[in-house]
Amino acid sequence: MSVADIAFYAFAVVTVVAGLMLTISRNPVHSVLWMILSFLGAAGLMVLMGAEFVAMLVMIVYVGAVAVLFLFVVMMLDVDFAALKGEISRAMPLALLIGVVLIIQISLGIGAWVEADGALGLRDAPAPHGVDNARALGLILYDKYGFLFQIAGLILLVAMIGAILLTLRHRKDIKRQNVLQQMWRDPAKAMELKDVKPGQGL
Amino acid sequence: MVGLEHYLTVAAALFVIGIFGIFLNRKNVIVILMSIELMLLSVNLNLVAFSVHLGDMVGQVFTLFVLTVAAAEAAIGLAILVVFNRNRGTIDVEDVNVMKG
Repeated sequence: MSVADIAFYAFAVVTVVAGLMLTISRNPVHSVLWMILSFLGAAGLMVLMGAEFVAMLVMIVYVGAVAVLFLFVVMMLDVDFAALKGEISRAMPLALLIGVVLIIQISLGIGAWVEADGALGLRDAPAPHGVDNARALGLILYDKYGFLFQIAGLILLVAMIGAILLTLRHRKDIKRQNVLQQMWRDPAKAMELKDVKPGQGL
Repeated sequence: MVGLEHYLTVAAALFVIGIFGIFLNRKNVIVILMSIELMLLSVNLNLVAFSVHLGDMVGQVFTLFVLTVAAAEAAIGLAILVVFNRNRGTIDVEDVNVMKG
């Protein structure tokens, strides 16, 4: 067994076990942390396969952005998570049944799968030799898939605007600063000078 | 020797765990969203495995788009969750149908 094989089994076990712990852990914060571990394991698997750029992207996008987003929301919402976990034992048989059926189906599919004869001839963009992964991906991404790349950016823009629109609210019951009103304040009108005689009040 | 089948097995296990998580945590939307992320990750693993196996870069390009959609979906889903929690005071999905028009 070579070093790469040992690394594969280590990453595979970490990924699957962390995924399982995500689903069964009682505390959602722990779930998010298990999710991060699972993503890190998957990124390791991608590095082993030779897709370094996608692996780093998974690390940046999932661990750096999505997981932190989940962590923010879990910690921000004041929810009684213990009450939500009450039914977990009741749902277990159904979940196990569906999981086992799905495993059987997928293993039947993988078992019956054979590579087509002309599969190598049907490749759309064969990976160039002697070019590292990030450069090869960049060449094809900006060359053949430039439009789809822009559309992907547009999807992210729409998602960002949508998330802001959904969560933004204007609270009327709080005092807020009005900068223009402060700048246009006229000291002559805001203040009144009174000549107070000695020994007398106003 | 680790081949394509090994990676496919890991991805299949991850996908099944994602579905398992959805059925197990039917009340907790946050864990359901995380399970969906797990399933999308397993799809990404499959795409990368086949891309490397066949030597075709398009699989990895498609992985980028799946990644984009996953990030957008997480952002929108969590925003809806925050608004739902603000209005209802809970994130129990079993009475989401009050939003029915």
